[in-house]
Amino acid sequence: MSAIDVSGLVRRYGDHAAVNGLDLTVATGECVAILGPNGAGKTTVVEILEGYRTRDEGEVRVLGVDPARAERSWRQRIGVVLQSTGDLTDITVTEALQHFSRFYDSPRQVPEVIELVGLSEKARERAGKLSGGQRRRLDVALGVIGRPELLFLDEPTTGFDPEARHVFWQLIERLKGEGVTILLTTHYLEEADALADRVVVIARGEKVADTTPADLGNRNLGIVIVRWHDGTKFCEERTDTPTETVRRLAATFAGEIAGLEIIRPSLEQAYLELVGEQSP
Amino acid sequence: MTKLPALYFDRAIFEVRLLLRDRRTVMFSMLLPIFLLVIFGSVFNNTKLPHTNVSFAQYIVAGLIASGLLYSSFQQLAIAIPEERSNGTLKRIMGSPMPPSVYFVGKFAVSLFIYVFQVIFLLGIGHYSYHINFPVTASLWLDFVLISLLGLIVSSLLGIAFSTLAKDGKGASAIAAPAVLFFQFTSGVYFIYTDLPKWMQTVAAIFPLKWMAQSIRGVFLPKSFGYLEAAHSFELTKSLIVLSIWAVVGAILCRFTFRWLPKSES
Repeated sequence: MSAIDVSGLVRRYGDHAAVNGLDLTVATGECVAILGPNGAGKTTVVEILEGYRTRDEGEVRVLGVDPARAERSWRQRIGVVLQSTGDLTDITVTEALQHFSRFYDSPRQVPEVIELVGLSEKARERAGKLSGGQRRRLDVALGVIGRPELLFLDEPTTGFDPEARHVFWQLIERLKGEGVTILLTTHYLEEADALADRVVVIARGEKVADTTPADLGNRNLGIVIVRWHDGTKFCEERTDTPTETVRRLAATFAGEIAGLEIIRPSLEQAYLELVGEQSP
Repeated sequence: MTKLPALYFDRAIFEVRLLLRDRRTVMFSMLLPIFLLVIFGSVFNNTKLPHTNVSFAQYIVAGLIASGLLYSSFQQLAIAIPEERSNGTLKRIMGSPMPPSVYFVGKFAVSLFIYVFQVIFLLGIGHYSYHINFPVTASLWLDFVLISLLGLIVSSLLGIAFSTLAKDGKGASAIAAPAVLFFQFTSGVYFIYTDLPKWMQTVAAIFPLKWMAQSIRGVFLPKSFGYLEAAHSFELTKSLIVLSIWAVVGAILCRFTFRWLPKSES
């Protein structure tokens, strides 16, 4: 059974459909990233799956349960890391985790989780005194304290410096290794690339791609750019048969082709093209 | 999951610990009535109420204890809950398996803690600095406990209901604090109730503070003073009935208006 099953999901705010007929499946043990520009509907989708927001149409099953009708026991099985939090400022890392661990049937040990997220040195620090990245790691710690089968991460690394981001990625890899199903939203393409088995791109409330990071925008078989210097200027050719182009160029120029490059679109270019297609 | 009573206890400790770490709330909710007693006590020290042997300080202590019921519960919750709604505390709780009742029990524990703290200091300072007399019989103390508990329940429920009106903590204190002040002036906390204009008495008699203050005066003022009250009695039974009705009203309001999330996020 899949961990998440969504079909025909619609959510309107007034006349505006923030989510417009979305289908989404996440298999158990899979890590799926939802990508999309600001206002694309990522958070709305995730918060419907988490049982925070209501939906107007569509079928939603999360761990086999409709989140809109879920009982508390369902919450034992999911972990939620919200987009931004400003609570718990006067409580220490250890106190917060101890407190929340009481509500779960088989929680992880508090020191184990603190170690897992790399906050051991800050265990006695009040959450309000942590840096942004440390604070986020506490949010993740609270998300995984109950040993969830499914973890939601809404833009978990926004505002991180590159080093903190890499530490965070290692943490997610560890959780993946434990078999936790993960649904994360992110702005960072390299994050989706590094972590996700599959990326779902949403733009204007609709799914515009659902594929592996490597295949995003068909960039592994699609158009590439062949670039060379013809002696006076740089030339470019966009083609899906680069070998053919290079053969032709080799026949044209004697010896080396000056400045020859074959450029595969980056993840970013593929993504921008996908999202751009949906823009007016 | 730990058993429910243990969770209640745990949350109560958690909340009280948070309260004591937040100096602003300590000043605003816990110490205010004590400052007021010192001010009123110093200004009106040794003044007696007309035609009685009762000192103004004795009268004001009863009123401040009644006000304490509003400060510790109504005002405290009306401000703290919107703050927790806007900073994500409630959202985090909603996303965890924590039973909702645990949250409310924790909040009530904070109210009870603040109230007991205030009563101890009001009576202690009142007794040693302004010669306040304590109730002499066990039955009066029992009345006091009963009124206090019922008063705290009413005041907490109304605070929780009120918390839905404001967008955040700041907005909440801008509405809740003046509301408390209004009821204090019209319910006979700072002024002798029977000296107030009739229409003001009528308005105040609809709301709980008048009944809290009057029944607490019944505990701390001599029986003879009862004849000077509006109905020539402290009306303990009637007070308890009115407060019980308000408890039901408060519970219904909470049931139908309470929101875990800001309006924009559901």
